[in-house]
Amino acid sequence: MKIIVCLKQVPGTTEVRINKLTNTLIREGVESIINPFDTYAIEEGVRLKERYGGKVTVVTMGPPQAEDALREAISVGADEAVLISDRTFAGSDTLATSYVLAKTITKIDEYSLIICGRQTMDGDTGQVGPELAQRLGIPFVAYVSQVEGISGGCIRVQRMVEEGREIVESPLPCVISVVKEINVPRLPSLLGTMRSKTARIPVWKAQDLGIDANKIGVSGSPTHVIRIFYPQRTRKAEVLQGSLQDQVEALVTKLRENKVI
Amino acid sequence: MTIQIDIGRCVGCGSCIPACPFDALQIVNNKAQVNDNCTLCGACKDACDYDAIIIEAPKELETPQDSFRGVWVFAEQRDGRLKSVAYELVSKGRELADDLHTELCAVCFGHRVEGVQQLIEYGADKVYLLDDPALADHQEDVYVGQLVRLIREHKPEILLAGATSLGRSFIPRVAAALETGLTADCTGLEIDRESGLLLQTRPTFGGNIMATITCPVRRPQMSTVRPHVFKRGTPNAERKGKVIRVNFDRESITSRTRLLSFVEELTDKVKLEDADIIVAGGRGLGKPENFQILQELADVLGAALGSSRPPVDDGWIPYSHQIGQTGKTVCPKLYIACGISGAVQHLAGMQTSEVIVAINEDPNAPIFEVATYAIVGDLFKVVPMLTARLRDARR
Repeated sequence: MKIIVCLKQVPGTTEVRINKLTNTLIREGVESIINPFDTYAIEEGVRLKERYGGKVTVVTMGPPQAEDALREAISVGADEAVLISDRTFAGSDTLATSYVLAKTITKIDEYSLIICGRQTMDGDTGQVGPELAQRLGIPFVAYVSQVEGISGGCIRVQRMVEEGREIVESPLPCVISVVKEINVPRLPSLLGTMRSKTARIPVWKAQDLGIDANKIGVSGSPTHVIRIFYPQRTRKAEVLQGSLQDQVEALVTKLRENKVI
Repeated sequence: MTIQIDIGRCVGCGSCIPACPFDALQIVNNKAQVNDNCTLCGACKDACDYDAIIIEAPKELETPQDSFRGVWVFAEQRDGRLKSVAYELVSKGRELADDLHTELCAVCFGHRVEGVQQLIEYGADKVYLLDDPALADHQEDVYVGQLVRLIREHKPEILLAGATSLGRSFIPRVAAALETGLTADCTGLEIDRESGLLLQTRPTFGGNIMATITCPVRRPQMSTVRPHVFKRGTPNAERKGKVIRVNFDRESITSRTRLLSFVEELTDKVKLEDADIIVAGGRGLGKPENFQILQELADVLGAALGSSRPPVDDGWIPYSHQIGQTGKTVCPKLYIACGISGAVQHLAGMQTSEVIVAINEDPNAPIFEVATYAIVGDLFKVVPMLTARLRDARR
């Protein structure tokens, strides 16, 4: 079974804090990491390979240094990697990104399953997976928390919805997006680490993929970011005073005044 | 769109560097230089005191598709009942349609859906209803096909949908099929008076940054909105509108994916999204058993039990209780946060609550920045005291 895992290199944004004096992001010490949700996608790909045979190819679109993310994926069990990198891709929104990924995956040729993380940590949209599936004309199943099994050309999964879990069956090939409940990603093995250092990672550019220049980058993206600002925290908490018993008493009075209890 | 630094004007002061959220600027030989990280957001342009940064608007290769008119809302149902987010979006959609002097239509797919008429009371002029047993479950392939078909036929300029597990899964496929733009998880939607474009504001970078996004040329302009971000308006039983039953080719009702079964998972007595009061706990609880302390308070108040991410990660409480960026968004009348430090990801899911009470030992916890009332103290003392006080009051 041939499995493709799509991943993205993102800034480790949990480290990002706002400097309250200048109202800007403090970036010192922020390194690039594999989008955390994608680490579950890699692990699931590797587990399915171990269960059913085949190979796992990891794919990322990004700047040249995104190669580090691919090498890290190889260190935890991916077999092959492709870096899609071209200056003309910069500024692509989710629709343009899904176009480039679809072109890439079509070039990779044969595949049974494509796995993505549920969303990235920087953009937080979760749109590239379903847009990719639509462009490839294959089914999509979101928020997968368990792969129950693959047989007869079908995959059976559990997926999380607001009210609980649905058991869904889809024919292959399809795209699934996974949540963190699906597995616990492994640490790199010694052999994996060695392989990750020597693996040859091809870099595909726009011309290698037969890309239509009108569909990529800022100009090929239907959405445009026109303003960026920092969220305003408008409330100023009233800190209750006195003994804890006094504070609890004051709180009950306030909540009654507000008619919320 | 391009960015250029006017070398003649740039003094190399570097004030643009911290303004850039993407680390795309540096000073080389006393002049600003832009690298590949640039998304042309324009934050640096505003920060430059010397007008040395020039961002050129794209030459309009295509004109906006003017034949597209009207605002649409995808009104999601489950088990034949419309979700709360459907009414919230119809209320918001009404405002947008009024600003654009156009009509508001709701689209509903399902079988024997209750309360479709209510969508009109909340502001819809028309409801396109596709009613069929085959649409009762969320058959995403079919939903994609039918919604794309209706949009191609009626050409709305705006489409709003709930950022639910269904909406976030199938709406991007609709956008891809139509090759148009989609903005996820919007928290602000308004019409730009000059251009008539939909200004879509959303949190990004885990809630650290807000971005306003437009879709200037392609149509429809599409947004998803998380439940409880917008308020439901007041229904008006006098409002007139039409429910239009849409015929469709039954042959096209096939889905490649099949729903085999459903396991309900909420352990709560009160549904989190619908609760007027939520009592939520975080890492400060220390161990899973301590949720019992919160449960007792919740029982007295008739509240639902929520959680920040760490207790869910550690398996203390099921994921269905998680509130925040990757959990649920809630907007209750009263939110009581106990032992929750208040990471931006958590705040993103609850900060619009009407009244927020924060109980935390650390006076510097960020949760206090969004709280209405703060008790700096040990939750293991405060919460039982509050429970007892409220219990006495009930007697």
